Amino acid sequence: MSGIPHDHYEPKANWEKSLQKRLPIVGLIYDTIMIPTPKNLNWMWIWGIVLVFCLVLQIVTGIILVMHYTPHVDLAFASVEHIMRNVNGGWAIRYIHQNGASLFFIAVYLHIFRGLYYGSYKAPREITWIIGMLIYLLMMGTAFMGYVLPWGQMSFWGATVITGLFGAIPFVGDAIQTWLLGGPAVDNATLNRFLSLHYLLPFIILGLVIVHVWAFHTTGNNNPTGVEVRRTSKKEAEADTLPFWPYFVIKDLFALAVILVAFFAIVGFMPNYLGHPDNYIEANPLVTPAHIVPEWYFLPFYAILRAFDGDVWVVILASFLTGGIIDAKFFGVLAMFGAILVMALAPWLDTSSVRSGRYRPMFKWWFWLFIVNFFVLMWAGAMPAEGIYPYIALIGSAYWFAYFLVILPLLGVIEKPLPQPDTIEEDFNEHYGKGGDGHGGATSPAASPAE
Amino acid sequence: MLRKLAISTVTAATLALSSGAALAAGAEGHVEDYAFSFEGPFGTFDQNQLQRGLQVYTQICSACHGLRYVPIRTLSDEGGPGLSEEEVRAYIEQNFIEVYDEDLQDWRAATPNDNFPTSSLENAPDLSLMTKARAGFHGPYGLGLNQLFRGIGGPEYVASLLTHYTGSEREEFGAVLYGNETFAGGYIAMSPPLWEGAVEYGDGTEATVEQMAMDVAAFLTWTAEPALMARKQMGFTAILMLGILSVLLYLTNKRIWAPVKARAKGQQPAE
Repeated sequence: MSGIPHDHYEPKANWEKSLQKRLPIVGLIYDTIMIPTPKNLNWMWIWGIVLVFCLVLQIVTGIILVMHYTPHVDLAFASVEHIMRNVNGGWAIRYIHQNGASLFFIAVYLHIFRGLYYGSYKAPREITWIIGMLIYLLMMGTAFMGYVLPWGQMSFWGATVITGLFGAIPFVGDAIQTWLLGGPAVDNATLNRFLSLHYLLPFIILGLVIVHVWAFHTTGNNNPTGVEVRRTSKKEAEADTLPFWPYFVIKDLFALAVILVAFFAIVGFMPNYLGHPDNYIEANPLVTPAHIVPEWYFLPFYAILRAFDGDVWVVILASFLTGGIIDAKFFGVLAMFGAILVMALAPWLDTSSVRSGRYRPMFKWWFWLFIVNFFVLMWAGAMPAEGIYPYIALIGSAYWFAYFLVILPLLGVIEKPLPQPDTIEEDFNEHYGKGGDGHGGATSPAASPAE
Repeated sequence: MLRKLAISTVTAATLALSSGAALAAGAEGHVEDYAFSFEGPFGTFDQNQLQRGLQVYTQICSACHGLRYVPIRTLSDEGGPGLSEEEVRAYIEQNFIEVYDEDLQDWRAATPNDNFPTSSLENAPDLSLMTKARAGFHGPYGLGLNQLFRGIGGPEYVASLLTHYTGSEREEFGAVLYGNETFAGGYIAMSPPLWEGAVEYGDGTEATVEQMAMDVAAFLTWTAEPALMARKQMGFTAILMLGILSVLLYLTNKRIWAPVKARAKGQQPAE
């Protein structure tokens, strides 16, 4: 795979040869974990392993939780308390599962931002990027439905608000919403189907993860320079790469262990910090909480959803042009899904021939502004939709779209990129050649060859 | 190298913290930052305080409120009030605790395996999870920093609510509301439940209003999070083991990469 010349699995013993002839599984595993990997990968390339770990962690803890959970509106909340009190170690499993979702999203956002900075989405890795975006969408769906299962106040009202979004679709919205909920409102049918899908989707994610890995194993990894591995001879390829095992497996496991220290500090000492107190009150369709706020990982998109109210000129224009079919509510829904769509289209919107942001002096600034903007949107999403906050959310949303639709296409034309190293070997040797551990990569991308 | 990882981790943490617990339940009132023994990474429940809190709950709160998710037998669990099994049975008998039996369709004496009775007053909320369902501290500016440094503040909220009655009253739709500095909106339907010497503590502790409020808040923290001490223990053990594992993996990684980096050092880069 990957077109990078390297040693393949050679069955030696007779049983190995006969197995390889019948089912080349050992060869497949060998080639997968021995894939030649650019040796200059920095610490932002660890999140893939962290994400695989998260998926396995969530599936394993989730399977155990389902054994004790009861998907019924009258019993769900009590069954979660049963897990917390009567199931041996149940509190630990539930808190790990609950906070595991947050770890999952922290890792996925850093993974996505890594891809955006180093141009990992660019040819020939567009398919990897698109599959990644599909995984991200499914993750959001899974996390949302999982949050409904404890049947607390935020579960119920979050489900009501989010499924209400589908009701905003013109003409067919009400029918779709009823079909999704299994009735006129969030009720037992909703809870049952959400559990069913919450259990199903992680396995679809697992399948897509395999395709995601397959895709980038075919194209080879990107790396912090964005320069391709030399494929002209095995000697040159070996000068640019190292096998995944053991060099990157051990490095990633070290990073994972450090991240898990922080994770268990949260699980052990403040497991409800990222949650919401209202979700420890059982769902009550008659009492609406003062602020309905989604989980933190949805907040940037929640801010975009709410930013486009009826006073924004694009909304008024859209409403006028479509004869009122696109109202403010539907516009917000379109904007929210559009925000993810434009991100998925990044491979075709970015016109620059240079992959890595390291060698793009103007891009760097816009990129970091994009990251800051992400946090601003997250913060605005948690604030009540009144006063100055809708304006902040609107500016943030505008920048989100401008980044993908205007800045990325334009920069490729007007920006003069810095010189890139000719090979990965050159970058690596320069990095370590000057003695000691060098810095470089994600946070100090100044390690340009001009030095 | 480590610096890079540290930065990544900090970024990750900031990502999570920036808005995670940003807006908690709408308690806008004044919440006093009481000091409890179970705060901090090594804080533990004070068993005497939990027993005093149980007494306050039983003699005062339980008149209206319930603890529907808490099995009575857990009073003898490790890390809780630590009653013996005989004491639990005696507790049920002495306090005439009854539960409604669905099969009998009648009330009967509770057994240790039953949960505490539910609220007997319709608009009195169940207290099992009260200290986790309320937030005492917020912000500033929705950044979640107060919750990070001072805790979410459920126990403080409960204790403050019980001690911050203003003494004023208001009538609304025929119901009397009582002025309270902690309760959102300033007026609460619950009349001031505690008064000086409302209970007589067996251990000789003076039953001031603040003392009783703190004790019952501690007790309700235990009912909401009975595994609190085990959880902190797990966190500590996990951090210790993973810390050692991290060091070992760091050294392994360094060892594996050493020849590769040495080779890089040998070859000066082409300028």
